[in-house]
Amino acid sequence: MSDPTTHAASGAGAADADLTRLTAVEMADRLAAGALTSVELTQAHLDRIERIDPTLNAFLLVDAEGALATAREVDAARAAGEQLPRLAGVPVAVKDIACTQGLTTTAGSRMLEDFVPPYDATVVARIRQARMPILGKTNMDEFAMGSSTEHSAFGPTRNPWDLDRIPGGSGGGSSAAVAAYLAPLAIGSDTGGSIRQPAAVTGTVGTKPTYGAVSRYGIIALASSLDQIGPCARTVADAALLHEVIAGHDPMDSTSVDAPVPDVVGAAGTTDLSGLRVGVVREISGSDQGFQPGVQARFDEALDALRDLGAEITEVSCPHFAYAMAAYYLILPSEASSNLARYDAMRYGRRVTPDGSPSAEQVMGASRDAGFGDEVKRRIILGTYALSSGYYDAYYGQAQKVRTLIARDFEAAFEQVDVLVSPTAPTTAFRIGDKTEDPMAMYLNDIATIPANLAGVPGMSVPSGTADEDGLPAGLQILAPAMQDQRLYAVGAALEARLRERQGGYVIEQAPEIEVRA
Amino acid sequence: MSTRTSAGPDRTVPYDDLLTRYEPVLGLEVHVELGTATKMFCGCATGFGAEPNTQTCPVCLGLPGALPVVNRTAVESAIRIGLALNCGIAEWCRFARKNYFYPDMPKNFQTSQYDEPIAVDGWLDVEVPPREGVDEEPFTYRVEIERAHMEEDTGKSTHVGGSTGRIHGASHSLVDYNRAGIPLIEIVTKPLTGAGERAPEVARAYVGALRDLLRALDVSDVKMEQGSLRCDANVSLMPTGAERFGTRTETKNVNSLRSVERAVRYEMTRHAAVLDAGESILQETRHWHEDTGITTSGRPKSDADDYRYFPEPDLVPVAPTREDVERLRATLPENPAERRRRLQEEWGYSDLEMRDVVNAGAVEVIEATVAVGASPAAARKWWMGELARRAKTAGEDGSAVGLLDLGVTPAHVAELDDLVTSGRLNDSMARQTLDGVLAGEGSPTEVADARGLELVQDDGALQAAVDEVLAENPDVVEKIRGGKVQAVGALIGQVMKKMRGQADAGRARQLILDTLGVQG
Repeated sequence: MSDPTTHAASGAGAADADLTRLTAVEMADRLAAGALTSVELTQAHLDRIERIDPTLNAFLLVDAEGALATAREVDAARAAGEQLPRLAGVPVAVKDIACTQGLTTTAGSRMLEDFVPPYDATVVARIRQARMPILGKTNMDEFAMGSSTEHSAFGPTRNPWDLDRIPGGSGGGSSAAVAAYLAPLAIGSDTGGSIRQPAAVTGTVGTKPTYGAVSRYGIIALASSLDQIGPCARTVADAALLHEVIAGHDPMDSTSVDAPVPDVVGAAGTTDLSGLRVGVVREISGSDQGFQPGVQARFDEALDALRDLGAEITEVSCPHFAYAMAAYYLILPSEASSNLARYDAMRYGRRVTPDGSPSAEQVMGASRDAGFGDEVKRRIILGTYALSSGYYDAYYGQAQKVRTLIARDFEAAFEQVDVLVSPTAPTTAFRIGDKTEDPMAMYLNDIATIPANLAGVPGMSVPSGTADEDGLPAGLQILAPAMQDQRLYAVGAALEARLRERQGGYVIEQAPEIEVRA
Repeated sequence: MSTRTSAGPDRTVPYDDLLTRYEPVLGLEVHVELGTATKMFCGCATGFGAEPNTQTCPVCLGLPGALPVVNRTAVESAIRIGLALNCGIAEWCRFARKNYFYPDMPKNFQTSQYDEPIAVDGWLDVEVPPREGVDEEPFTYRVEIERAHMEEDTGKSTHVGGSTGRIHGASHSLVDYNRAGIPLIEIVTKPLTGAGERAPEVARAYVGALRDLLRALDVSDVKMEQGSLRCDANVSLMPTGAERFGTRTETKNVNSLRSVERAVRYEMTRHAAVLDAGESILQETRHWHEDTGITTSGRPKSDADDYRYFPEPDLVPVAPTREDVERLRATLPENPAERRRRLQEEWGYSDLEMRDVVNAGAVEVIEATVAVGASPAAARKWWMGELARRAKTAGEDGSAVGLLDLGVTPAHVAELDDLVTSGRLNDSMARQTLDGVLAGEGSPTEVADARGLELVQDDGALQAAVDEVLAENPDVVEKIRGGKVQAVGALIGQVMKKMRGQADAGRARQLILDTLGVQG
């Protein structure tokens, strides 16, 4: 592979490819130096989206006009000598779970097919303040319920590495868009792994910050106590720049942490991990735990790389992680059943009116029946059941106790080590359709990512390489104590650099060029 | 045994009759809309009577992605209410979601408190006035308070097209979300037992005392007719001497103190008739009808209603420090009932006078007037007399306004009273002065100066007028000298006329008698 600072694209050919293959850091530098305009850069991405996305289906909405308008403003401001934020003019894609004023926001659901929010989510407002052109809204599993983006009401997104495979979920649209150079950066949301698992299976980087580090205001809620917003990128340094834009206290979100944002951008320059204590979580790695051999092999190599960088590797045990999946699938549906109650077709959203003169209740019932997909209904029913009088203590109450124990496991582990690592997902990307009939098999994709959401600690997935058996990318997950998000970037950046040396480039550069389908 | 079967008017039994066989148990749930400037979980305004759906935002409309933020002033009000009701204040408590579907509830869950209320275990002593010809003394009853908790109000549904204004028979419904998210405090009593025949009056006295307390706390405008104070009355009967409570009904739409008493009384007579017939009370909500004085069946309500409460994950716990609680305790006003007793004693009013003052809502204004120097008697005379009369027609188109809306301040009244007692003005001049004050011409002194209102203090001018009048009326003078002293009245009138009203009539009388050498 080529020198990473000039990603001469392999076989892309088209003029747009040169620009879209730059990292966000390079884009920002070239814009700042006046070597590139935001209009050129934004147009290059729009052109590529137009050519590639009919094949991928990563975007549910492309806002070419809005993105170019922002780009023109940024170019004019720069020409006028105005001091601009670091990422000004660098385009970004936003998961369709974040409300964008004036731009349809569906959360991947028929229910919100025509919903145009009258307000911006705080993250979107911050992106606008950072003067980043918003290319459009990315595909996702309906209301973020899924690990493959197959549960989107608007069709699955395809994995740029293999069009017959899933790009992960729920944020498959964001990960596919970044992996396919349709956007250098994207916003994701992670309730049980929806940023990290898609990053792993598309060879990209994704961070779930500490719970409360990024405002949830304006993010369509799945499970309030688990949801967190974060950046998707192709490199750790790029992710850090977007992280810095979106993180910080927001008085509109009561659960937002009122503390300074850790220096993630500075940490992303780390090259030496001497003295760092790294713990391998016994319960979420190893072929005996069901991790695919190729995934495990890359993980083991990554551990060697960490050792080379000066880290001490030890094994730690988090015994209650075994119950994380069970607790998660009680807490998530419980909160979701309540959060999704508002979609009743009374004031907005899909409305179905039964024949005759139906009552409000009948209209609600018919609309929810038509507007929600099967997975959403499944979880609403699960959650309604778990919260019901007489079952509450046995299910929701018990799950909350497990959650506390998992948080204690983390606390105990972080007394011994500075960060924890595991493979991000048990397997590489599976084929579209392989797991849609088996919810439990689908849920198991998130076995390694869920504990972080239950405990509120930050996590990141960085590419570890490609699996020998299928040539598809795998990810390594880094977990850190709450409000120590910079550790993710330090470890991620150092590992990324070392693996790049060993493997001859970023993992994403091994991806084949996409064959556009008719 | 059957439940209610007939669709016609409910049977009742005479009130006095039922008391021989049954013991009433009440439970009162009062919802108070707080008078905060903004809503419970967002920054929207809370003013009453705005155009529908103009005081809304993504949060109180429950739009996708919107999140709540707790109104700190509302929490402080809740704590003050709890303290005033002698409750313990939780060191740590959470909001909970009460899940059920209804179109006027934007999120289809109400953010409320469930098993962790902000205030628990209090009491309020209420005084039931003596019945005329029955009791000598008022009846005091201690109402035990179970809890006071914070929640948000729902929107307001208006059902259109039916004859009753209720959803049954309506063609469509309109929802105003201005009310959605307004802070509410729900105050729940423990079961009230042992009030016997006085139970309906206890209910009324409790709601009245609570209203006064909330008004004194200045946390709500407590207007039952506008719904800022709403009472749901739970009523059940058990056979006299029994220990297990009977099945209860919950009566809603009780919009005045009088209705509280009437609704409880009615439900007692209805329950008794059902129980006398060997039937069972259906646990349900009942709807009170002010016009006909009866309740009708609402929706069945059972203890099995499952609201799937769980802690609100979008909010952090409320954890008032003990310092905060003590700081708020220091802001509590005097208990209204105790305060009334103290003021009555200080002012020397009779029971009747004090009751009139309380009913006229004039306690505060009289207190302020006394504080700036007026005598309690004069303050009462002005505010309950001339000013009360004027307030009845001072509004636009001759409508009534409140005493405080007249534009006359306690300082004005004290000053006016001083002008009268010092002898500068007589009553008629004082009323003219008041006209000027009401017309915005300034303070009483300024008005009296500008209008040239002043009793003539100079006996010289008055004596000259007396001499003139005596000279002009020799026949009357003759009568007076002959012993008909009451004839002096005719002369006083003439003297006052010559003085153009600016004389003290008493002084004029004295001068006439002195001049004639007659003893008054």
